Amino acid sequence: MSDKDPSKLKPNRPKLSLHVPEPPARPGETPDFSSVKVPPAGAAPRPDVAAPATETHPLTMSLVRVLDEENKAVGPWDPKLDAETLRKMLRDMVTVRVFDDRMYRAQRQGKTSFYMKCTGEEAIAVSAANALDREDMNFPTYRQQGLLIARGYPMVEMMNQIYSNKGDKLQGRQLPIMYSDKAHGFFSISGNLGTQYPQAVGWAMASAIKGDSRIAMGWTGEGATAEGDFHAALTFATVYNAPVILAVVNNQWAISSYSGIAGGERATFAQRALGYGVAGLRVDGNDALAVFAAVRWAADRARANYGPTLIEFFTYRAEGHSTSDDPSGYRPSNEAKLWPLGDPIERLKGHLIGLGEWDDERHSAMVDEIAADVRSAQKEAEKKGTLATASIDFPQDVRTMFNDVYEEMPWNLKEQQQDMVDELEAKRQWPR
Amino acid sequence: MNMIQALNSAHDVMMERDQGMVVLGEDVGFFGGVFRVTEGLQKKYGKQRVFDTPIAENGIIATAIGMATYGLRPVAEIQFADYIYPAYDQIVSEAARIRYRTAGEWTVPMVIRSPYGGGIFGGQTHSQSTEALFAHVAGVKTVIPSNPYDAKGLLISAIEDNDPVLFFEPKRIYNGPFDGFFDRPLTPWAKTDAADVPEGYYTVPLGKAAVVREGEEVTVLSYGTMVHVALATVRELGIDAEVIDLRSIVPLDIETIEDSVKKTGRCVVVHEATRTNGFGAELAALVQERCFYHLEAPVQRATGFDTPYPHSLEWAYFPGPVRIGTAIKKALEV
Ligand SMILES: Cc1ncc(C[n+]2csc(CCOP(=O)(O)OP(=O)(O)O)c2C)c(N)n1
Repeated sequence: MSDKDPSKLKPNRPKLSLHVPEPPARPGETPDFSSVKVPPAGAAPRPDVAAPATETHPLTMSLVRVLDEENKAVGPWDPKLDAETLRKMLRDMVTVRVFDDRMYRAQRQGKTSFYMKCTGEEAIAVSAANALDREDMNFPTYRQQGLLIARGYPMVEMMNQIYSNKGDKLQGRQLPIMYSDKAHGFFSISGNLGTQYPQAVGWAMASAIKGDSRIAMGWTGEGATAEGDFHAALTFATVYNAPVILAVVNNQWAISSYSGIAGGERATFAQRALGYGVAGLRVDGNDALAVFAAVRWAADRARANYGPTLIEFFTYRAEGHSTSDDPSGYRPSNEAKLWPLGDPIERLKGHLIGLGEWDDERHSAMVDEIAADVRSAQKEAEKKGTLATASIDFPQDVRTMFNDVYEEMPWNLKEQQQDMVDELEAKRQWPR
Repeated sequence: MNMIQALNSAHDVMMERDQGMVVLGEDVGFFGGVFRVTEGLQKKYGKQRVFDTPIAENGIIATAIGMATYGLRPVAEIQFADYIYPAYDQIVSEAARIRYRTAGEWTVPMVIRSPYGGGIFGGQTHSQSTEALFAHVAGVKTVIPSNPYDAKGLLISAIEDNDPVLFFEPKRIYNGPFDGFFDRPLTPWAKTDAADVPEGYYTVPLGKAAVVREGEEVTVLSYGTMVHVALATVRELGIDAEVIDLRSIVPLDIETIEDSVKKTGRCVVVHEATRTNGFGAELAALVQERCFYHLEAPVQRATGFDTPYPHSLEWAYFPGPVRIGTAIKKALEV
């Protein structure tokens, strides 16, 4: 329709139209998961870790599953974990859920500004952490609190970061859930989606350059796979055969946008691996054993220098996106309950009970114990304060704001720091 | 109407008038955006004109440029101004220059809307004021309203404008004005009375500042949330200040600024953004170049600091009445 285009429009051609993906059900409608094909547990083949990437490509369209309908472990992906490991994983998952509930409530009580739960997705971070080596490095998003819990990071430390209180090692600079802890292999979370993904590849490349044996794991949600950074990560990972695991947590929703808006209507997120020549797996993210097996497979592959693996964890975000979100505005309220892959905690619990290694009494005793631990951690953290609102006495010393912008403080920041100290004094004197 | 409703109304009025106007962005369709600015538009105008996009800011802006070159008028939302960086290349190297590099053969009539600024405990990545990064680039306009009436009129002008316009919405005052006093309850979304905003079409021209308070002693230049904080400060301190709401920083209403500073002989610039190389630096330089012989004192700045926005110290970072008052007093001292 360019006004200067000399050629004439051809008549009688069919009219074009734009396709805009829509989720199968909106609020008030019946949730519809008929498009979700759930293959039987144990059906997916398990290639050798040394197999060429192309051999994994059929696995990007199915679903690696280990726990069957009776929660029995079946098939070649069964990681054959001992009962102690299974119990630890269950404990970690329950801890994450209890912790989330507690902190969600703390936000509602005004003790912090913001919180994000990972309800329904606990198996993913927890199993991955248990399948990785303690020294491996994670470049997480805000929904992988399970990595820290599973690696034994003190809950008080997490809460201090959530409360931005005087015990917060990040000095209240980050949003509540944006933890950072180098010693626990947890890279600082960025609010800018996707940025950590190619960084994970770079860390893995560095490990290879140095002849190290550690690997990296990068994490993203399915929504953020649309960012350019996702594609840069895959390109670099494949070009340099980086020892990295690239996880896509497909929890179906990116705030109000269903996975089709990220491209999931046309191809699975695991299939993104194909065009890059990267190994790909699509895994039942609510099956703790399948998650463990897949991460261990990819880790072994990376460690043996066979290169990167992209893993899509297929799951469902059972709660709102964050404390600022009300999901009833865009999806049926009972959708989570009808999610065909069940609840990850219930499935692992059922599995352990089936093995004769667990029972309901022990489970409820454990839940009580964890609840008490979380409560006492919370008490301890709150001794150091919570995010104070409406106060001129901030939880942090205002002078700390100017530290760490650079290694050495330049004159302008020194001046501004002094101005801020004076300003605080002036605020106290303010005649109102 | 509060600012959110006024912006929604601007969309509605313009979509009705111009079939070529389309709205795109993360969550803007069914849900109406995380701040609900586009609520109801998809229902009214259909999915082909109001649609959700993948989370890819460069993709959003680049495809909007493509649509604009076809002849549509896209209005693209970037969910928070802090997330505009992936689109930076498309905005500054492409949208800003297509008219220039084609000697006017192609133009990019598009609007990029984005909530910006602090005051909601958003931390480092939901609080930034990024306007200076764009004001530095030739070829894009940068508009920042401070009240619902202006927001609607300016957005309509921006949509009708044939150049790419960045439209930064001060999210702290989405629901009503806010005076920035540190001893007031800081409920982020405290509602105040809705302002008078006409339902139908009207415009507020780009590049025309508003003198929101007349005064003789000192000129205070400001925009967005800071207009309210500046007003509250001078009221509180009983200073006879002239407060100017710039409304758009590119184009800039230099006449109003010059007239005022020549009258008062003193000038204070107030913005939320980082001080160094913030837009205040440009304003101070312009005032110095054009009003030097009328100035009684050096131009002062009250701004954010040269640090990222720290979550828990948000109200220390935020330029409140004390910082603004101190700057004004300094300008009045000599
Ligand atoms: C670059 C960028 N754009 C937009 C946002 C706003 N935002 C925060 S989370 C989110 C949705 C992310 O969805 P997904 O990647 O699927 O992860 P999930 O929240 O489902 O775990 C959006 C759009 C952001 N943080 N960064």
